[in-house]
Amino acid sequence: MTVDVFDLTGKIAPPEARYDVVVVGAGSAGTAAAIEAAEGGRSVLLVDENPVPPGMMGTDVPLFYGGRMTAAAANPARMVEAIFAANPLLETAFDAGVEVLLGTCAWGLYRNGPAMRTLPGAMLGLADADRAWMVGYGELVLATGARDVVLGFPGWDRPGVMGAQALYALLTRYEALSTRRVLILGSDRLALETALLARAHFIEVAGIVEIGDTVRAPAELVAHVVAAGITIHTGTVIARAEGGIDGVERAVLLRDGIEIVVAVDTICLAIGTEPATELLDASGPADAAIRLVGDCAGSGSDRAAIAAWSRAIGAVAAPETIVCQCEEVSRADLLGVQPPRYLDRPIALAARSLATLGHDGPVDPDQIKRLTRAGMGACQGRRCRTQVACILSEASGLSVNPATYRAPVRPIPLKLLADWDEVAAMAAGWDVWFGIPTQWTPYAKIGTDDEAVGGNMHV
Amino acid sequence: MSDVPAALPASAPLPASATVVVVGAGVTGLSAAWWLARSGVDVVVIDKGIVGWEASGRNGGGASHYQSPLFAEEQRLWPQMDELLGYPTEYQRERIIIQRDAALLDHYRAVGRMCSAMGYRVDDLDSAQAQAMVPLTDATCLGGIHLRFGGHANPQRTVQAYAWALQDLGGRIVQHCAATGFATAGGRVTGVETARGTIACDAVVVAAGPQAAALLAPIGIDFPVTAARAEMIVTEPAPLMPIGGVDGNGLYGRQTLRGNLAFGGGPHEWIATTGDGPEARPASPLIRSLARRVAEMFPRAAHLNVIRSWAGIVENTPDGRPILDRVGNVTVATMSGVGFGLSPASGHAIRDLVVDGECSFADIAKLGLARFADLEPDWREQRGWAAQAADTGLAA
Ligand SMILES: Cc1cc2nc3c(=O)[nH]c(=O)nc-3n(C[C@H](O)[C@H](O)[C@H](O)COP(=O)(O)OP(=O)(O)OC[C@H]3O[C@@H](n4cnc5c(N)ncnc54)[C@H](O)[C@@H]3O)c2cc1C
Repeated sequence: MTVDVFDLTGKIAPPEARYDVVVVGAGSAGTAAAIEAAEGGRSVLLVDENPVPPGMMGTDVPLFYGGRMTAAAANPARMVEAIFAANPLLETAFDAGVEVLLGTCAWGLYRNGPAMRTLPGAMLGLADADRAWMVGYGELVLATGARDVVLGFPGWDRPGVMGAQALYALLTRYEALSTRRVLILGSDRLALETALLARAHFIEVAGIVEIGDTVRAPAELVAHVVAAGITIHTGTVIARAEGGIDGVERAVLLRDGIEIVVAVDTICLAIGTEPATELLDASGPADAAIRLVGDCAGSGSDRAAIAAWSRAIGAVAAPETIVCQCEEVSRADLLGVQPPRYLDRPIALAARSLATLGHDGPVDPDQIKRLTRAGMGACQGRRCRTQVACILSEASGLSVNPATYRAPVRPIPLKLLADWDEVAAMAAGWDVWFGIPTQWTPYAKIGTDDEAVGGNMHV
Repeated sequence: MSDVPAALPASAPLPASATVVVVGAGVTGLSAAWWLARSGVDVVVIDKGIVGWEASGRNGGGASHYQSPLFAEEQRLWPQMDELLGYPTEYQRERIIIQRDAALLDHYRAVGRMCSAMGYRVDDLDSAQAQAMVPLTDATCLGGIHLRFGGHANPQRTVQAYAWALQDLGGRIVQHCAATGFATAGGRVTGVETARGTIACDAVVVAAGPQAAALLAPIGIDFPVTAARAEMIVTEPAPLMPIGGVDGNGLYGRQTLRGNLAFGGGPHEWIATTGDGPEARPASPLIRSLARRVAEMFPRAAHLNVIRSWAGIVENTPDGRPILDRVGNVTVATMSGVGFGLSPASGHAIRDLVVDGECSFADIAKLGLARFADLEPDWREQRGWAAQAADTGLAA
């Protein structure tokens, strides 16, 4: 059979190492799974992206840190110590023979399937501060946890607006949270536990905000919070965050049309969480070799409650409120399906909107992402994809999914992601396009004696 | 998954008839429909998904296909497209190709001379000139060529611009509605069949990308086209270079107006598609080899983060050249892998074929189906272009 030398077959190297079990995420669920597998006699790799490089934390990767890290977060050695201190099971894992790699993220999951048959096996892309590489697995355990549902309100792009998962990680895993006085949004178990955790770490809790008329958390938890003297504002919504060069200085709340000003340096979104399943989302459905454990296996918080918060914020947020921080897309731009500001907005565009797009059929979140650029930025849409989906759902009356994730699911520098040790066939079979020489024959020469081609002439 | 509509549309009734039905809302079908609507033709475009969801919304955005008989018309049109359509396409003029390999540089210099001889001016750049024009490269760049023609645009934005412009002229677009076959009478197509009913028509345009082969076979049209997956990566924004259309080092792509570097190139994988389209569009670890070449081409951008990758399904004919032809009242069109850049002109040519029976502005006779009269049934295998069977893949 003829071989197309420019075909991908045989050009992707087999993974550098292979383990019976690879576990992504060294939280309690992932560590326990790794220990169990190792004790069963299997070779096990356990990776965790923490400590995350400080630059990444600054762009809210992977959690919504809101810039509230102390300088300690910039000291990786200290951070490794803090992580070990926070999770004593890691020692056990070491003793059980688990290979533990901290500061190592998993950025891509690749498997053969209907539209890809040429991989030499399923593989997972990893990267640390120095290099990227691929590992193979017999079983892949995803224990990647959950992340904050982030809903933007006016001023949410100031430093000091952060998520509850990020606050928890900075407090307990990193011991590197700079917050002194915090306001917490949401009144579910997550919100109240966050309030109590902050209190236990001597952070002042200026209040808890709930849009509904009743507190959502179980009564005994509410009792703890009340006993701790923490105010719960029901029937109240966040109107905006105000502040200066160091970020948030106060939160302005709105209750029955009356503004309440609360002096805080941090506003913590504890409205909900969603499973951190982006590795799978970018790769396709799970298969028999993949297992999800811990929070990433859950379904996340009550969607109706999140939608209610989104509507309540939307009712008080001005149209120019930013939705996508990276690409500076406002609510009005999103709902108008308008292009980014660096492009002209000709008159015809003013007549176009989500509503007119909806006439053509159900709106697709990825189509709107590409047109508005909301979710296309350096944070890879982690900060805004859920709120974009909420806003699109509200406006269209349909249930619009969040835009899709794409590998690499963590931002990885070109030089680090690069494969500097490609198999020889890769360079030998590399063409700019398909390597079909007749494709580039100038039309006039087709069928003449001059038709003989001079190799790739793609321009 | 985004490909599944979030909810079923409150579907408008399927149009009962149209003068022309276009199957496929990629750039080729949409441009054709727009040109037809500009001539006052009542046109309906149907697509199995949403506009531009296949190759047309996922490509490199390059527009510099000097080899095509449609190129002069394309060059005339692109600078006017934003105005003609009424919506932004992000079109930018000109391209640069730089190289860090002496043999490749020589090769491209020769291609440049050939283009100049065809009337499309190309200037040589020495290393210093190339570095001045492409600030993200460095002294490892041996030089390049500057194409005083061609350019690039934003794929999804351009697709949407065609679609909106078409609607502004009264054309109709029906999404999530696949053509399943054709109604015929007396050797002519009288309607396009869909799961929602049949749209009666006087003429049909099939611009269904790689899926056109399966659609056309039942009405006796052998349309040799096959599918492959091609991949691209994109970085976070870099400072804007004076010309965003910079290729080289085995890559094609562009710097977007936002600053992102979006590049593709290298090996493809031949895949099977059904009439319903590709089953998935996965990217592969090839993105690491792409990252390497982008880092080599732009050493001053090598620290930038890669933030996405994607794949698209490319249509290819046996000789890699377009098919533009009319059989009875069926006009068939594929641009064989270079359809985005040529779309302003391909639509014009298709409009001419539908309305006048021949192209008014260029000789396209050599792009007809007749050239495949003797094509062997196993042309894919002969070229090594057959999709691998599931069980030959080296186990997952
Ligand atoms: C990664 C990549 C990079 C590329 N780079 C460039 C570049 O830089 N420059 C360039 O010029 N070209 C480039 N191309 C190629 C270019 O994208 C294609 O040539 C072009 O988009 C083809 O357009 P089309 O409308 O003919 O086909 P498609 O875009 O494939 O559109 C066909 C449409 O038909 C629909 N369809 C199929 N079957 C049916 C049915 N039965 N009923 C209804 N609808 C149906 C499909 O859903 C689809 O929307 C690239 C392609 C890829 C994937």
